[in-house]
Amino acid sequence: MTPADRRAVITGVGAVAPGGHGREAYWDLLTAGRTATRRISLFDPAGFRSRVAAECDFDPLAAGLTPQEVRRMDRAGQFAVVAAREAVADSGIELPGADPERVAVSIGSAVGCTTGLEEEYAVLSDGGRHWLVDHSYGVPHLYGHMVPSTLAVEVARQAGAEGPVALISTGCTSGLDAIGHAVQLIEEGTADVVLAGATDAPLSPITSACFDAIKATTANNDDPEHASRPFDGRRDGFVLGEGSAVMVIEELESARRRGATVYAEILGFAGRSNAFHMTGLKPDGREMAEAIRVALDRARLDPGDIDYINAHGSGTKQNDRHETAAFKRSLGQRAREVPISSIKSMIGHSLGAIGSLEIAACALALRHQVVPPTANLSTPDPECDLDYVPVTAREHRMDRVLSVGSGFGGFQTAMVLGRPSARHGEAA
Amino acid sequence: MPEFTLDDLRRILRASAGVDEQTDLDGDHFADTAFADLGYDSLALLELVNRIEREYGIQIPDGDLAHTQSPAEALAYVHTRLREARV
Amino acid sequence: MSASGIRPGRRGRSVVTGIGVVAPTGIGAARHWESVLAGKSGIGRITRFDPTGYPVRVAGEVPGFRAGEQVPGRLVPQTDRFTHFALAAAEDALADAAADPATLPEYEMAVVTASSSGGTEFGQHEMENLYQQGSSWVGAYQSIAWFYAATTGQVSIRHGMRGPCGVICGEQAGGLDALGQSRRLLDTGSRLVLSGGTDASLCPYGLVAQLSTGHLSTEDDPARAYLPFDAAASGFVPGEGGAILVVENAEAARARGVPSYGELLGYAAGFDPTADGTAARHSVLVSVIHRALTDAGLTPDAVDMVFADASGVPAEDLAEARAITEVFGPGGVPVTAPKTLTGRLYAGGAALDVATALLALSAGVVPHTAGLGRPAPGCEIDLVLDRPRQTDPRTALVLARGHGGFTSALLVGAGDRPLRAQPA
Repeated sequence: MTPADRRAVITGVGAVAPGGHGREAYWDLLTAGRTATRRISLFDPAGFRSRVAAECDFDPLAAGLTPQEVRRMDRAGQFAVVAAREAVADSGIELPGADPERVAVSIGSAVGCTTGLEEEYAVLSDGGRHWLVDHSYGVPHLYGHMVPSTLAVEVARQAGAEGPVALISTGCTSGLDAIGHAVQLIEEGTADVVLAGATDAPLSPITSACFDAIKATTANNDDPEHASRPFDGRRDGFVLGEGSAVMVIEELESARRRGATVYAEILGFAGRSNAFHMTGLKPDGREMAEAIRVALDRARLDPGDIDYINAHGSGTKQNDRHETAAFKRSLGQRAREVPISSIKSMIGHSLGAIGSLEIAACALALRHQVVPPTANLSTPDPECDLDYVPVTAREHRMDRVLSVGSGFGGFQTAMVLGRPSARHGEAA
Repeated sequence: MPEFTLDDLRRILRASAGVDEQTDLDGDHFADTAFADLGYDSLALLELVNRIEREYGIQIPDGDLAHTQSPAEALAYVHTRLREARV
Repeated sequence: MSASGIRPGRRGRSVVTGIGVVAPTGIGAARHWESVLAGKSGIGRITRFDPTGYPVRVAGEVPGFRAGEQVPGRLVPQTDRFTHFALAAAEDALADAAADPATLPEYEMAVVTASSSGGTEFGQHEMENLYQQGSSWVGAYQSIAWFYAATTGQVSIRHGMRGPCGVICGEQAGGLDALGQSRRLLDTGSRLVLSGGTDASLCPYGLVAQLSTGHLSTEDDPARAYLPFDAAASGFVPGEGGAILVVENAEAARARGVPSYGELLGYAAGFDPTADGTAARHSVLVSVIHRALTDAGLTPDAVDMVFADASGVPAEDLAEARAITEVFGPGGVPVTAPKTLTGRLYAGGAALDVATALLALSAGVVPHTAGLGRPAPGCEIDLVLDRPRQTDPRTALVLARGHGGFTSALLVGAGDRPLRAQPA
């Protein structure tokens, strides 16, 4: 088979997200337009500029992890393993199956195990007192927190994978890029099954402080439920979130052979970098537009074929305008016709993980034919003048959807998903 | 209450955001050269604000200093804040 | 075209046209190669902080690296040392390749680096600010200096590379995975990729975290601390640095009229889900080597030298020696580990090994593994000791394993850029 014949499809979805346990609760939250943002409880946020976040009510033991797994894994690792198990159960696949070398793992994460790393730092440095930290207080799994690759390792061990295992860390496009990497592995013939997704658990003092320092996160501390306001004129920064989505991505023919149910096919993806600034975005959206254009080209689709866009929609003025410009630039008139929404309005911005949660949302949207809304969008920014689906979910006929991401470092990624058999030239 | 001079501004910029090889912070035109032309971007100005706030014990509302274009304007702005803080 | 942009039937040739090195063996490919041939070690007592109180006191530090001279001034306080290394190495690699990014299509150039632990030292400083002084003392640059993508982002900005940039973390195997990814990008529309990896985790918290694996050597004598495949092996020595390579598709390099150090012939990655450091299996490595050979369309007899992962942890050395023996036969291929001169450089290690392998192919030499005495029982490999062998190798297999079970192999072939051999 040539690469174009090896098609990558999603056959299982697992999610650990703010506002509920698992995939179904996640979808309920999104379609109800409910926000999961609140005052931070995972640490005492007093003294921080931004004190709100979208937290997961996550009990690792109740979620099925063993006490040793809980001890060994940072919160981000716990999320990923729980999401991966749900995805595998959902797809009905037996892993690693007959050929473990054909099973791969591709997990994205922007900040890795920094929550665990910071907790241990506080102990070893005795509250920051010692530059020469005290090694005698080091826990056995400390190095596992130092390297983000641990997150992929944990998922790979769950699956018994012996194929390529990668941790992709491209800031806030990590989730999309990790899924894109999985598609590459399937198309080039290296793997038949990939557990792909992303995880981040950035709700810790150091990560909050670093976003405080650049005033990227909201200071709307008095009204946490309405603090994440993508595309709204009253937005004042993004709201941090956490979570993980992992998907079972399979080569279409082998998925068919085992009678798997397909959520969606990944029809095209592309990444571009703006090579402009580590955090800044040019208002013209040029590189994101180019990523969208190439993703459509690889999917052999036209702008008119896109029925829904899951936006990056972080809720910073800079991003929302950049993105609006990118949609207009790449999709022309279609940008004004197609519904677009940002689920970060409900589950916050979980950095590298968010791309995987957004692709999971796209897969669920295609299955249920419902567009999740942009919560809190009541007074649109006049410069964000597209159909950003305010407040209420919308039933909508969708065959193909676009999801985009934008990250620190200048990364811009676009991915096109279609209903099963919604590829170019096939009846949807 | 400490004074805040152009030398303080230079010192903080050097320590926090570095200096490009082609930039001369000690040149005659430093005070009136746009931050952008000195090689300082939005992050550099945010870090400048953070450090001035900590060192001089004043609060600088979001975006205020970023709206100044040059060291001379930033200096005038910080002087105003320091005078207010003295009242 | 496929969803990831692979054109039917297309597998282009990927060649390396530029090498940038920042390593304990020296800054610059030429100095590094001289050290390799001379067996000159860069391992010594740690100077970046006082290691007296720690059980590990030796490491491979980059000598004489002055960020202020090798990195744009503005970026020095804004980025971590691992990014300083990469900025310097990328600059060198582009100059070495005579490539001027300003003259090449912006979307057809990309940066893909390996990162192992990000801006470790920068992060420790900022955590210290946070815990000692409070959250408002954390600097604005923490948000862009600490994370794993810092290097790729800064290098792409520096050189205006707007293609599909990426970051792969596979601990010590990551360097090969980044180069494997560069080849994928060249097959999907890119023409030039800066790829490789650097690491600079020699700060107290970085070292202490590494101690927790139990794999670091506690031997105080720099000459005795990292002896892979040796009867006296006692773990490994950590190091800092790495390499950045310019990888181009062969037609693009030819069009520019530049020679290449060599070609990326085959690559494969796998994973050992049972790896826990004590019971390392050799079967996964065997399989990965076979898959890399298949990818290159070659058989084991076409491999002229193997750059071993050379963990220094006896059980892992034994597993690697068994894997090499199983694929190539007892003593069937010269095996070398010049990394005994640098220590293990985490995200930078495998990339530097590839750089060394390409330099060796260009020089027609199998470099030796300096400092070893008596091979460990059971390691039935033809380890190249004492001095380089002038055997004019045409291919090299580079192996790398990363913490937790990462296992990768990259096969490189000789190019047309001669290097004068200067044997010691």
